[in-house]
Amino acid sequence: MSTTRRATIPATRYPVERFTLDNGLRVVLTPDRSAPVIGVAVVYDVGIRSEPEGRTGFAHLFEHLMFQGSENLEKLAHFRHVQGAGGTFNGSTHLDYTDYYETLPGNALERALFLEADRMRGPRLTEENLRNQVDVVKEEIRVNVLNRPYGGFPWLTLPPVLFDTFPNAHDGYGSFTDLESATVADAADFFQKYYASGNAVLAVSGDIDVAEAVELVERHFGDVPARPAPVRPSFAEPDLTAERRVSYTDRLAPLPAVASAWRVPDPIGDFVGYLPYAVLAEVLTDGDAARLVERLVQRDRSVTGVGGYLGFMGDPFDVRDPTALLLQAHLPPDGDVDKVLQTVDEELDRLATDGLADGELARTQARMATHLLRDTDAVLGRALRMAVLEQQRGEPGLLNELPRLVGEVTEESVRTAAATLRPQRRATVEVLAGAEQ
Amino acid sequence: MTTASRVLPPLGPTRKLKLPKQAERRLGNGLTVIAVRRPAVPLVEVRLGIPFGQVHPARAAMLAETLLSGTTTLTGVQIAAELQKVGGGLSAGVDPDRLMLSGAGLATGLDRMLELLAGVLTAAAYPADEVATERDRLVDRIQLAQCQPGHLARTALLKRIYGRHPYAVQTPTPDQVRAVRPSVLRKLHDQRVHPNGAILVLVGDVQPERALDAAEQALGGWNGAGQVVGLPATPPLEPGPLLLVDRPESVQSSLRIALPAVPRTDPDHAALQLANLIFGGYFSSRWVENIREEKGYTYGPYSLVEHSVAGSVLLAAAEVATEVTGAALLETQYELGRLACVAPGAEELEQARQYALGTLQLGISTQAGLAALTSAYASSGLRLDFLAEHAARLARATVAEVADAAARYLAPARAVTVVLGDAQRVAGQLGTLAEVVTEPAVP
Repeated sequence: MSTTRRATIPATRYPVERFTLDNGLRVVLTPDRSAPVIGVAVVYDVGIRSEPEGRTGFAHLFEHLMFQGSENLEKLAHFRHVQGAGGTFNGSTHLDYTDYYETLPGNALERALFLEADRMRGPRLTEENLRNQVDVVKEEIRVNVLNRPYGGFPWLTLPPVLFDTFPNAHDGYGSFTDLESATVADAADFFQKYYASGNAVLAVSGDIDVAEAVELVERHFGDVPARPAPVRPSFAEPDLTAERRVSYTDRLAPLPAVASAWRVPDPIGDFVGYLPYAVLAEVLTDGDAARLVERLVQRDRSVTGVGGYLGFMGDPFDVRDPTALLLQAHLPPDGDVDKVLQTVDEELDRLATDGLADGELARTQARMATHLLRDTDAVLGRALRMAVLEQQRGEPGLLNELPRLVGEVTEESVRTAAATLRPQRRATVEVLAGAEQ
Repeated sequence: MTTASRVLPPLGPTRKLKLPKQAERRLGNGLTVIAVRRPAVPLVEVRLGIPFGQVHPARAAMLAETLLSGTTTLTGVQIAAELQKVGGGLSAGVDPDRLMLSGAGLATGLDRMLELLAGVLTAAAYPADEVATERDRLVDRIQLAQCQPGHLARTALLKRIYGRHPYAVQTPTPDQVRAVRPSVLRKLHDQRVHPNGAILVLVGDVQPERALDAAEQALGGWNGAGQVVGLPATPPLEPGPLLLVDRPESVQSSLRIALPAVPRTDPDHAALQLANLIFGGYFSSRWVENIREEKGYTYGPYSLVEHSVAGSVLLAAAEVATEVTGAALLETQYELGRLACVAPGAEELEQARQYALGTLQLGISTQAGLAALTSAYASSGLRLDFLAEHAARLARATVAEVADAAARYLAPARAVTVVLGDAQRVAGQLGTLAEVVTEPAVP
C-alpha cells in the first residue's frame, strides 16, 4: 500500500482567445472539439450588492425580466428558440455578477449569439411581464426559503451578522414589499446603467471554429449600442474586532444548526493570500478524513454534518472583496452550539500550532484538483467560469492554472490562514429548532 | 423601434451523434464491467450498481451509510484518506432497486480506487461505534426530511400509487433505523452485496480494455455467491379521489400527479417522451407556459418519466401558492386533457423532438453524464448503443403516434392526484374539481 507517494496534479490546456469589440464587449472563446456541443455565457458586472436600497431582490427580479422578450423576440420566444434547437438555458444572480447561459448542440452557435445579442440591445419591459415575474419570484422564494426548514440558512441569514452596510448585508432574494414596489421605470434604469456592452463579457466554449466564431460574434454583437461600464463602487467594510452572534427560531426546522464566517483576504487583489483559505476549508471539511468531520462528526458526535467553503454562494473563484470563509454544522437534538464552536476553535488552534499531518495537504490538494477538473469537463462550466474570470480578473486562462495553483499552496500558508480564524473575528448565526418532533 | 427587425438565424447542419469508444466484460464471478472512453479531463468516473430490491428500507439505508465506515484492515477515515490521495472519493446510496457506489478521481488513481472499492466490498466490517454514529445521523436526516414538503408529498404519493408493492415505502421510520444492529448489516452484506447481476461502469480518460483489466484484477476475487432477488411488477395506477394531505400553515401546496408510463424499450416510449415534453417536460411546454409564464402560480413545475426496475411512471410536480391551488389544478387537468383529446401541432412536436435529440447530445458530453446514462441504461439491460436507436425512434415519431400516446398515458381520467398543503385553506378550492379525501401528513 502506497502511503506517502504524492499524486501528480494534472492540468487542462483549454486554449483561450480574447478580444474586445468596439462597443466595449469583451469576448472569450475556448474551443474544444471533443463533443459536438457548445456553451454560451453572457455575464454582466452587476449583482446583489449593487441593488438600490428599497429594492432588495431587484437584481434577481431583473434577471427574470431578461427572459421576457427583447428587441426582436416575443415573450416565450427565447425559451422556445433555445430548446427548439436542442439546448438548455438558465440565468443566475450572484453577489457580484449576473449570468445568462445556454448549452446547445454545436449547430446552434449563431442562433445563441443572436438571442443573447438581442436582449443585450434591450429586453421588453412591460407592466404585465413585471407583475407576472414578481409572482414567479415570490413562489421561488416560498419554495427555497419560506416553505422549507433552514430556508436561506446561512447565505441570507449570516451576511447581516458579518456585515453592516446595505450592499453586503441585505437579503438578496428580496422582501415581498420591495419586490411588489418594483416598477418598469426601475427596470429600465437598471438596464440602462448596468446592462451596458462595456459592462459585459461573452464567452463561448466547445465545438467551435475560432475564425468562424469571431465573425459571428462581430456580426451579432458588433452593432449593440456602445455604453460604458458604470464605475463600480467599493463595497469594502472593516473587519470585525469583536465576536458577533445572532440566533433565530426557524419554525420548520427540527434540529439546531449553526454557521460562522470569518473575513478572508481580497480574492482579486491578494489572490496569493486568498488561496490558502480555499485549501483550509477543504482540509477542515472535505470528506470523512477531514479534520472537523473526523473530530465533530465521528469522534465527539457533537454535529451530524459539517461543511466549509469560501463565499456565501459557495464558489471561491467568482466573488470579490469583501467575502468570507464559512463553516456550517447541523446538530443533534440535544446539541450544544457553544461546545461546537469551542471545538472548532481548538481544532483551528491545533492546525495553526502543530501543522498538518504527513500527506494531509497533498491528499486534500489532489481531491480539490479532481473537483476543479470535473467542473470544467462540462462545456458550459468552462464558458461560465472563463467569463467571470475575464470580468473580474482579465484572466480567463486562470481556469487551466487553478489545480496547479491550489497544489502549490504551502503548509505554512494554510497554518497561517488557520491562525487568523479567531473567535473575535467571527460572526455566527444560530438556528433554533422550532418544529415539533 | 427604429431598426429593421432582425431574423432568427437558421440552425447549421445537425452534427452526428457519435458514441464514444467502449468495451465490456463479464467476469467469472458474474460482475459486468463497462468501460467508456472520454479523455477530455484526466479523471475517471466510477459507478457500481448492485441489485438491492426487497431489502427493508431501514437496513438498506443503514448499510449504505456504513459500508464505507471501515474494513477488517482500514478504518473509515483511512479509506477516505487513501481515496483522497488519488483525488478520489466514494459514496454509497440506495434506492428500492439497487445499492449504488459512486465516485470520481484522477485517472492515474483508477487502480487504487478499485483496490479500495474491492476492500470495502469484500471486507466491510460495520464497526459498532461507527454504526451507532451513523444510526443517529440517519435518524436526524429522516427527521429533517419529514419537515420538507417535497418529501412528505412524495411519501404520500408513493404510498397511494404502490399500495403493497415494495416501492410504496422508501424511507424508514426513525424507530426502524434505531433497531438496526451491526450484526444485521453484516448478514445483509453477506446475503446481498455480491457481483452476480451487479454492473460496474468506468468512464473517463482510460483505455477501455485496460480499464476492464484493472477492474478484473481488483474485483475478480469478489465472492459470487449470495441471493438474487427479483421484484414483482408495479401495480397499475388506480385513479380515485384526490388525496389531500394536510400540512397546516403551509404557504404553498405541493401538487403531485402520477400517470401511467412504459419502460425505455417499449415501442411507445419515444412517443410518450415527446408527449410528456409537450405537456410539461421542459420549459417551453404548455403547462409551464400556462401556470408559470402566463399566470405566475408557480416557479418550477416539471413532469418526467421515472424508470425503475419494476415499472415506469410519469410524475408531474409543482409547488403552487396556497390561494391558487384549485386554479393550478384546473389548468393542469386542462392541459393534460387538451393534449389527450386534441393532436399537438406539427411545429410544437418538432420543437419537442429537437429538444429531446439535442439533450441526448448534451447528456453524453461529460464524463459524469456518460457515467450516469451508461449506468441507468445498464440497469434496464441496455447499452449505450441504444441511444442511437432511441434517437432514431424520436426522429420518426409522428403527430398521430404522439397524439395516441397522449390519449393513452396523459388522460386526466387516468391520473392519481395528491396535494400536500393547508387543508383548511385549499380543501374547498380542490373540492370544486374533484372528490377529495383528506389525511394528516404522516412522516
